[in-house]
Amino acid sequence: MSNEVLEEQINSDYKYGFVTDIEADNAPKGLNEDIIRFISKKKNEPNWMLEYRLKAFRYWLTLDEPHWAHVSYPQPNFQDIIYYSAPKPKVQLNSLDEVDPELLKTFEKLGISIEEQKRLSGVESRIAVDIVMDSISVKTTFKETLLEKGIIFCSFGEAVQEHPELIKKYMSSVVPYTDNFYAALNSAVFTDGSFCYIPKGVRCPMELSTYFRINSSGTGQFERTLIIADEGSYVSYLEGCTAPMRDENQLHAAVVEIVTHKNAEVKYSTVQNWYPGDKNGKGGIFNFVTKRGICLEDNSKISWTQVETGSAVTWKYPSVILKGDNSVGEFYSVAVTNNYQQADTGTKMMHLGKNTRSTIISKGISAGFSNNSYRGLVRISKGATNARNFSQCDSLLMGDKCGAHTFPYIEIKDKTAVVEHEATTSKIGEDQLFYCKSRGIDNEKAIGLIVNGYCKEVLNKLPMEFAVEAQKLLAVSLEGSVG
Amino acid sequence: MLSIKNLHASIDGKEILKGVNLEVKAGEIHAIMGPNGSGKSTLSAVLAGREDYEVTEGSVTFNEKDLLELLPEDRAREGVFLAFQYPVEIPGVSNVNFLKIALNEIRAYKGLEPMEAKDFLVRLKEKQKLVELDGKLASRSVNEGFSGGEKKRNEIFQMAMLEPKLSILDETDSGLDIDALRIVAGGVNKLKSKDNAIIVITHYQRLLDYIVPDVVHILYNGKIVKSGPKELALELEEKGYDFIKEQVGA
Repeated sequence: MSNEVLEEQINSDYKYGFVTDIEADNAPKGLNEDIIRFISKKKNEPNWMLEYRLKAFRYWLTLDEPHWAHVSYPQPNFQDIIYYSAPKPKVQLNSLDEVDPELLKTFEKLGISIEEQKRLSGVESRIAVDIVMDSISVKTTFKETLLEKGIIFCSFGEAVQEHPELIKKYMSSVVPYTDNFYAALNSAVFTDGSFCYIPKGVRCPMELSTYFRINSSGTGQFERTLIIADEGSYVSYLEGCTAPMRDENQLHAAVVEIVTHKNAEVKYSTVQNWYPGDKNGKGGIFNFVTKRGICLEDNSKISWTQVETGSAVTWKYPSVILKGDNSVGEFYSVAVTNNYQQADTGTKMMHLGKNTRSTIISKGISAGFSNNSYRGLVRISKGATNARNFSQCDSLLMGDKCGAHTFPYIEIKDKTAVVEHEATTSKIGEDQLFYCKSRGIDNEKAIGLIVNGYCKEVLNKLPMEFAVEAQKLLAVSLEGSVG
Repeated sequence: MLSIKNLHASIDGKEILKGVNLEVKAGEIHAIMGPNGSGKSTLSAVLAGREDYEVTEGSVTFNEKDLLELLPEDRAREGVFLAFQYPVEIPGVSNVNFLKIALNEIRAYKGLEPMEAKDFLVRLKEKQKLVELDGKLASRSVNEGFSGGEKKRNEIFQMAMLEPKLSILDETDSGLDIDALRIVAGGVNKLKSKDNAIIVITHYQRLLDYIVPDVVHILYNGKIVKSGPKELALELEEKGYDFIKEQVGA
């Protein structure tokens, strides 16, 4: 693979880079208590929520931006960000006919055909979608169908209004605002997101999905997601995200919290495809996200699956606190970086309960000039008898200008623990490529094939519809990355 | 079918092939023998289009086309098949899926629709039998965790599936026990027809007991120094390569 060809060919396409021409209702730039009051007022929030925001903001002011991750980027100017942006006109929407046609077009381009979903509603469709554009949740589908089973699936803002008791009880219980710099910032200025509650003994009959979209220029997106699975319930939740191509860096700092009660299971899948910047590293999303779940009670399970292809800089560690006895945490990840992208991602598995088990499978793929790091913590606390962990971290390098790094941390305080860690680093082989070619398979297809094979263990964990999308995305992200 | 004229090729500036001439017609089996370092594997790699090698002189024509002008994948699509000396593992990609993609790529090149799933399965079953390949191997990842013999057998299985016009078997016999050798050779013989040609590259005469060549060539120091009927292989076996060295005055 000559470097010339490599350089010439590094030119991947970002097909979600369009901007939708929708008038937006923006807050003025900047961050202070007035802005927070403005957001809270816009959202018609109760006083306790405003108080929470202000507390978080005051705490945030005392913090410095963290720099321990293996990434480098110019510090965002927090006073130069618009913290609230809502697509106008914002009226109470009762049916899809009332949705701004421009917005509908956006969804179509994103590949979310709500029309079709509506048509197929009922038995056929397997996905209910909540769509968050900039700061506001614009449409949640299948709400009524779900409500029949007692499932609450709505925007976070709506949940604050209609289910304050659940929000008060669970919000911040897994990721407190004191957790870290960006969690504090999010707690102060979050605008919307998704809320989901699965009642006792209910298996959610369809996939729940949130589609996040940053549209307006100069805005940051700070959404919160809260998922609660009550005793014996199950839900599979999908999250997708895209953004327009812009020269500026936009900040996305989300918080996701998951709580599982006794015998409950949550499967959370992400295909993260925020705009990664151009091939010279200009623009792109800073994706600084705190995702954490707690297996609060016995025999519960939380499983994170992520396919990360987007963002200029990613800083993200979906984690599980295994509190209940016999609870299970899983993390399956594919992180692809190309051009000048940087990713520092991994997980934390905190074993507190007895007989708790966790599995970590991480597949990093670096191409171009990118840097891809796995950072993971496995902590077995005293008293977490017979805890088990298996970690496997593989890195695949394409070309000779990229980097792959692995930072595993293991803390074991209980002698009965069994912890296994495997790691490999390989280069996408010229031999493999030539082998494919000698069978009539061209370069691009061969790379797609090899990479998808490499990621198979993780892709297999995704729901069907998502797996197909993820496979295509992997191929597109790496297009032309090997000469 | 294949016409190699005065082929010179080098790697990292070192000349390995120093003027190879070879004519292969449809329906023929040619054996190329030679000691280590004579350029046998280089010849197969150059024909398949491995980019590490630079062709400095000469020409290769395959069915009226300039083979050297074609990309490796296009050579395969034109009907050139290389059975690798060291087959490559592709983790996570099932053999079946790999072959399906390859087959359909070749078909697309010829302007044909992808093969019907049913027809593909029929062919799969039939060819599996041909090389006595365990059905389980077909669904496993390409060559991953295969034994040496299984890998070689898998190469012939692929050859059977893709139905090439010209097959180059690069030391397919190396690392095979006698039973595996018989099975592999049996498969190759069954695949032989008046429309295709096979080049067998080997160190040993042993394989030629099973795959009987029409012509035997001896490659030495980057050149074909002697060609003859199948008896040449026996002579070589008996006298060793030294007798060639003496003959060419090396």
